[in-house]
Amino acid sequence: MFIPCDRGGGSAAPDFKGFTLLMPAVSVGNVGQLAIDLVISTLDMTKVGYFYTDCLVPMVGNNPYATAEENSTELSINAEVYSLPSKKLVVLQIRSPFIKNKYRPFCETLLSWVKSSSCARVVLLSSSHAYQRDDEQLLGTPLRYLLTPDLEKAVGGHMQELNWKEMEKVAAYPGISDTDKVLHIPGGGITKLLFTESCSKGIQMAVLLKFCSEGDNIPDAFVLVNYLNEWLQLIKSDVSTSNNSTDPSSPWKIPSSWRLLFGNGLPPALF
Amino acid sequence: EIDVLWSWKSGGCGEELLVCSRFIVAIGRNAAAFLSSFILDSVCWEVVGVVKLWNEWCRTSSTTNVLPTDSFCLFYRLISDPTVLLCQCSCYVAEDQQFQWLEKVFGSMQKKGLQVTILSTCPVADYKTQESTLTLASPFLKALKTKEFQDQVCCPLLEQPNIVRDLPAA
Repeated sequence: MFIPCDRGGGSAAPDFKGFTLLMPAVSVGNVGQLAIDLVISTLDMTKVGYFYTDCLVPMVGNNPYATAEENSTELSINAEVYSLPSKKLVVLQIRSPFIKNKYRPFCETLLSWVKSSSCARVVLLSSSHAYQRDDEQLLGTPLRYLLTPDLEKAVGGHMQELNWKEMEKVAAYPGISDTDKVLHIPGGGITKLLFTESCSKGIQMAVLLKFCSEGDNIPDAFVLVNYLNEWLQLIKSDVSTSNNSTDPSSPWKIPSSWRLLFGNGLPPALF
Repeated sequence: EIDVLWSWKSGGCGEELLVCSRFIVAIGRNAAAFLSSFILDSVCWEVVGVVKLWNEWCRTSSTTNVLPTDSFCLFYRLISDPTVLLCQCSCYVAEDQQFQWLEKVFGSMQKKGLQVTILSTCPVADYKTQESTLTLASPFLKALKTKEFQDQVCCPLLEQPNIVRDLPAA
């Protein structure tokens, strides 16, 4: 599934032992994917390979993180892997929707790759439909987290310190008060499947998600990536001393491919 | 699912790979029509293969005698240089068939030294650019190429944030 890039000079396949794998779920508003774009673009991560998979709709384009003429001609496809060894970070970016009936095969192949490359843990960025929140969830922060039991032992305490809120379980049969509580992530794509599979396979996984709706999800992406940063500290976030301290987007670099998200310019003949 | 039938595989041995130096794939009715109008003729080209598939949008058959309005996916070989292969694919290949199409077609070819050219069309309205597409001089060409493609490209490269999807992307 994972095909390393040809870096020339006979370099061996990249080693992800002990790394954190950061990846998005293709979910409502594509917030996870937008947040990953911000991480890759800001940290200037290097592409180390891609996934050859039949589970995602094919797409191809030129380099979405291009900063100049010279680096704009590298082809980019639907599932690519970037790495930053200095932070022991490997990132998977998914750029197209899943093909019907392919959620499970993808999750299985992905998790077996995680195990075989000895990644220490997986962090999944996701989102869920805001309109499905209950009364309590409507108040307070729209951000939630989930940890598999193996990761809970390692970082559960840290989450308490950060004052983060765990994703609530809902009644399996709404309206009936004494039913089992289950995890329900509407609009989350592969989130629930990947999380439950990781729990059963003993993989350390964290899910960070935001309640949101479809629309301009760029602000949601910034909120989610700052949430991630509170924990992983990928970049320094100077909130008190920098001159634009009230702007939560300042340390993150927007990729050049985010241009024209909402269509072309208008025809002058319209006016 | 998808069946790829090649004319030289009529015998029992399905293991021989086609030696191919250039493979030109025309996807969609416009690109297929371009090949029919300007390139293909019955003197220089012979039919060597056909893809049989069906989905909600179209069904192809194994006949090679097709009308331009049919949905078909045929392979032609240049008689004077049998390593030049052409594919005209005017049928729609669904999302969950694209990977299989790719594996079965390319699986029958020897890929060393192979140069692949893919011809396709997209609506101008889908093109993302700073100005409005109303004022663009259309039709126009854009290209995407891999690092390994060393020749000159005859038109500008596709700028971000434009992308290509479906079978041409696969």
